[in-house]
Amino acid sequence: MIIKISDDAVAVACGADAIADAFVARGHDVKRVSSWGMQWLEPLVEIDGIGYGPAGVDDVDLILAGKADSIGLIEQHPFIVKQTRLTFARAGKTRPLSLDDYYASDGFAGLAKARELGADATIETVLQSGLRGRGGAGFPAGIKWRTVADAPGSRKYIVCNADEGDSGTFADRMVMEGDPFMLIEGMAIAGHAVGADKGYVYIRSEYPHAIAKMEAAVRASAHIIAPFEVEVRVGAGAYVCGEETSLLNSLEGKRGEVRAKPPLPAIEGLFGCPTVVNNVLTLAALPWIMANGAQAYADYGMGRSKGTLPIQLAGNVKYGGLFETAFGITLGELINDIGGGTASGRPVRAVQVGGPLGAYHPSSQFDLPLDYEAFTAADGLIGHGGVVVFDDSVDMAKQARFAMQFCAAESCGKCTPCRIGSTRGVETFDRIIAGERKSENIELITDLCNTMKFGSLCALGGFTPYPVMSAITYFPEDFA
Amino acid sequence: MSELASIIALHINREGPLLPILNDVQAAFGHVSNDAIREISQALNLTRAEVHGVVSFYHDYRTSPAPRPVIKLCRAEACQARGVDQLDVDGKGRVDIEHVYCLGLCAVGPAAMIGDKVYARIDNATLAALVEGAA
Repeated sequence: MIIKISDDAVAVACGADAIADAFVARGHDVKRVSSWGMQWLEPLVEIDGIGYGPAGVDDVDLILAGKADSIGLIEQHPFIVKQTRLTFARAGKTRPLSLDDYYASDGFAGLAKARELGADATIETVLQSGLRGRGGAGFPAGIKWRTVADAPGSRKYIVCNADEGDSGTFADRMVMEGDPFMLIEGMAIAGHAVGADKGYVYIRSEYPHAIAKMEAAVRASAHIIAPFEVEVRVGAGAYVCGEETSLLNSLEGKRGEVRAKPPLPAIEGLFGCPTVVNNVLTLAALPWIMANGAQAYADYGMGRSKGTLPIQLAGNVKYGGLFETAFGITLGELINDIGGGTASGRPVRAVQVGGPLGAYHPSSQFDLPLDYEAFTAADGLIGHGGVVVFDDSVDMAKQARFAMQFCAAESCGKCTPCRIGSTRGVETFDRIIAGERKSENIELITDLCNTMKFGSLCALGGFTPYPVMSAITYFPEDFA
Repeated sequence: MSELASIIALHINREGPLLPILNDVQAAFGHVSNDAIREISQALNLTRAEVHGVVSFYHDYRTSPAPRPVIKLCRAEACQARGVDQLDVDGKGRVDIEHVYCLGLCAVGPAAMIGDKVYARIDNATLAALVEGAA
């Protein structure tokens, strides 16, 4: 009998450790594996493929006696069957820090292939795959790599952006906690391709489990990726450090202020050296692409959005968790068919896609396909693939005010539209909510958003107008 | 060697040693004192103003120790959608409940963190129990 229970932070936060202990106390071995990503079922107990969840300590004896309700074979659960798991192929199956498990599931095959192909052909493969940066901007990874490879400089760096601060996103955390060797392998492939021998993973301090797993995985795999070297660095609670230039300043030991571009980090990045800054999911996609070929990856997706996107279904959603699928699925399919609507059972009113800087979408936009260009055309963004569902109890004026408040709290202070605009925005919303000269103040907000959008140095000030203006545009009744 | 001096010595030869040093100082002492800022700035050949500027930039660093145990409660959008604003947030004067924005537990919120321990699906009863446990 093989018992598997996840040691992912969600499982642990829901009480998985006590359940694992209860099985051990009854004389059973428990394999602590990564999470399947069906978070409404956590803690999920898997015995010989059959799932029981959400389980409590009181259920352990029932489960062992075969008297507990099961969800059947986990691998055949509709939530899993409907996915295309490339990056999350090992999710739920392997022990995160077991090199044996990693090797047994094609681990390091991508790095071996990259070494066999050589640097130039590796970059070409990534270019051909159509892989775009998964951090939010969607910039083609291969072009960024080519720029770094061609930039003059004896020292080059790979920086993994693991400062996953967007509300509603947890895919980076799941990769680091569930499949850390895959990320390290991806970084080693990038280093090999551009001629860098040092990589940093910058992880936010709110992720203690991910930090511990990554540090252990770096130690365990050092001999495999050598001469490339990976080092884990921990942030200190600043959302803006997820912006790449701010992250570089933070790594250098400075205030996490945004740098003006140009120069691009690819030319002058960390310590002035050519630097690849890629998101966790971008780097984690590489082992699969290298092992299976560019075309196999590009066969998934739509338009210029190639491959798969690990979508994170969060907030007030019935079946929340990690859903990896090819680009092109519509918002409505995601929320209703996959997510099952709201957890509260009330109607869905608004969906925020792309984190705190993403737009709020009404149900009339549920036919939007997940595609970078389609979302841009609808004045929204996919961002890092976080989808947060709200039911009809949401007050959109409050949400719009929160977007400004968040921007004010997290602004690095370097540029005026963001630093001052966000605070003036909060004050103006307070007047709107208090009923003072509403239409004039909304006009003022619209003008302010225009200034922030076009005048800010980075996406924090520049994208805060998305949640604000979408709330005003699609939910005007909440501002009337 | 003092604890502070050994923390500095542990990191001083790394590239960009300031944040690793400050993270360890914050973890070891619960805050970054003016004396620590002076010693760190001397060791790294920075001005005190530069180090102070970094300390004041990041939310994690405190300039004085927390007077009470701290519960970090996530107040970001996903936890808002799951009702964190409707919770009865009361530290009873014995626990400070601070806001954080996102713990990455967005489908099982409201979520909270005490030290390195994480908690999910928080309702009024579990929050009250966390306050009792932390106090």
